[in-house]
Amino acid sequence: MAQISADEVRHLADLARIDLSDAELEHLAPQLSVILDSVASISEVASDDVPPTSHPLPLTNVFREDVVTPSLTPEEALSGAPDAQEQRFAVPRILGDEQ
Amino acid sequence: MGAMTAELVAYDDVLADFDPALGLEVHVELGTATKMFCGCPTGFGAEPNTQVCPTCLGLPGSMPAVNRVAVESAIRIGLALNCQIAEWCRFARKNYFYPDMPKNFQTSQYDEPICFEGFMDVTLTDGEVVRVEIERAHMEEDTGKSTHVGTSGRIHGADYSLVDYNRAGIPLIEIVTKPIRGAGARAPEVARAYVAQLRELIVALGVSEARMDRGNLRADVNLSLAPRGTDALGTRTETKNVNSYRSVERAVRYEMQRHAAVLAAGGSITQETRHWHEDTGITTSGRAKSDAEDYRYFPEPDLVPVAPPAEWVDELRGTLPENPTAKRSRLAEEWGFSEPEMRDVVNAGALLLVEETVAAGASPQAARKWWGSELVRRANDAGVELADLDVTPAQVAEVQALVDAGTINDKLARQVFDGLLAGEGTPAEVVERRGLAVVSDDGALGAAVDSAIAANPDVAQKIRDGKVQAAGALIGAVMKEMRGQADAARVRELVLERLT
Repeated sequence: MAQISADEVRHLADLARIDLSDAELEHLAPQLSVILDSVASISEVASDDVPPTSHPLPLTNVFREDVVTPSLTPEEALSGAPDAQEQRFAVPRILGDEQ
Repeated sequence: MGAMTAELVAYDDVLADFDPALGLEVHVELGTATKMFCGCPTGFGAEPNTQVCPTCLGLPGSMPAVNRVAVESAIRIGLALNCQIAEWCRFARKNYFYPDMPKNFQTSQYDEPICFEGFMDVTLTDGEVVRVEIERAHMEEDTGKSTHVGTSGRIHGADYSLVDYNRAGIPLIEIVTKPIRGAGARAPEVARAYVAQLRELIVALGVSEARMDRGNLRADVNLSLAPRGTDALGTRTETKNVNSYRSVERAVRYEMQRHAAVLAAGGSITQETRHWHEDTGITTSGRAKSDAEDYRYFPEPDLVPVAPPAEWVDELRGTLPENPTAKRSRLAEEWGFSEPEMRDVVNAGALLLVEETVAAGASPQAARKWWGSELVRRANDAGVELADLDVTPAQVAEVQALVDAGTINDKLARQVFDGLLAGEGTPAEVVERRGLAVVSDDGALGAAVDSAIAANPDVAQKIRDGKVQAAGALIGAVMKEMRGQADAARVRELVLERLT
C-alpha cells in the first residue's frame, strides 16, 4: 500500500504550478495513494525481464529530412498570446532564474 | 543585483591545500537548415517570431518529427570524440516552467544518450597532452530568447519579459566530460584548451559554425575542490554560459580561488549554478540546485526510439575528418612551418583559418602572417575569438593576392582589413572606395621625388657622391608625402635615375 503524504502532494503541486489548499492536499493524498496502488498492480504481472513500454508501436528511426517548411507569420504566432510587444510574447515578470 | 566581491585565496595557496576537479558541459547548436523537431528555418538574426510553427511553439495537437541530419551530426560528433554509439535510445521530456520553453518541457535525452564513454586528447600550449574523458553527448533542443524589461535591465527586478522563439527548437548537442582530476595548477588551461579543441573539431566536422559570439557554442564550467591528496570529490558549482576561451580559463581560476576562500574560512560550498560576469571577471550566485532540479524526466511519448543500425554508423564513421593531431603534423610539413610557428598558429585558434586561406590561394606564410599577428591582435582588441572576427579566409587570400599583384603593400593591407571589419565590401571594393591602391604612376611619383630631393639637398648630394644607401631617407620622405601609398621599389628607381 503506497502512502503519499500531504507534503509530497504539496511538492508535486508546486512542481506543476497548481495552487492547492491544505484541505485539498489532505483530500488528494489518499486518492493518489489509491491510484498508485492500482498502477502498481501491473508489476505483479510484469516480471523483471519485461521492460517498461514507452511506445506501443514497434517502430524506430522515424526521421524527417532537413528541409525547410513554411513557418507561421508573426501575426499568426502571436494571435493566441495574452500579451505581445515588439513582435515578441510578453510574459509576466520571472521570479525564478534563467535555465 | 547584489554582486558581492568574494574573498579570494591566492592561486598558489589554493594549490598548496586543494586538488581541483573540473567538468565541462558544452552545448553545440547544430548548423542544420531546420530545427530539431520541425521544419522551421534556423537562420541567425531573423526578425522575432518569424521562424516558429505550432510544434516549436508547443501548440496543442502539434507533433514533433526528428531531423535526420541532426541525428547524423550527433553520431558524427560522438564518433569524433571516440564515443560508443547507443544501439537504441530515446528522447525524454525535461519538465520545467520557464517561458523560454513554450512547451513547458525541453525535449532532451536523459539516461539513454546517443553517444557515451569517449575521450579527447587535448594538447596544451606547451605540447603536453591531457586525456579528457567524455561521459556522454546527447541530443536536445535550444530555448527561446528572453529580453527582460524593467528598471534594472537584469532578470531580477524585471517587470516583464519579451520572448522570441526563433531559437526554440534549434538542435543542440550537449557534450559532458567526466570529472577531470589531477590537472592541478593547469586546470584553467586544460579547460580552455578542451573547449578550443572541441570547437576546432566541431568546425572540422562541419556540423556547426560554432561561433561563440553568437552562442553556437556555450560552455558551462563545473568546479570543485578536494583536500589535497584525497580521493573524495568536493561540492561543485556550475558556472553557466561562459562564452569565450579566455573566460573559460578565468572562470575556472576564479572559482578555484573562491571555493578555497570559503573552505579556508570553515564554510561549505553551496551546490548551485553561478553566473559569469565578463566585465568584472567574477561569478555570482544563481539558483540553488537542490530545489530546482526535479525535472521529472520521462520518455517522450510522441517520438519513437532512435536505433542507429551499425551500417549507418559505419558509413558516418567514413565521413569523419582527419584526427586533429595527425592533421597538425601533416600541415606543418606541407606548409614548411617550424614547430613554434605551428604551435603559435594552433594557440591563436588559426589552424582552420590558415588552412582555408591557403586553400583559397594564399601562400602558407602569408596566411600565417595575417591570421597569426595582424588579425589575432584585432580579435583581441574587439574581445572576440579569432574565428568570430568578420573577416573570411577567402578575403584574407584576396588581400594577399592584391599585395602579390603590387596593387597594395602590407601597410595598406592593414587599412583594407579596417575596411573589411567595418563592412565596406570585398577587399577590392575597400581598396577602390578608400583609394588605397599603391601609386606606381611615374607622373605622380616623379613630382613627389622631385620635391623630396628639393627639400633634402644634403641627402641628394650624398647620393650624387655615390652613397646609394642614403636613398632610403628620400624614399621615406616620398612615402610620407604619398601617405604610404607609393610603390617603394619604383620610388627608389626614380630617385636613383635622377641622382646617379
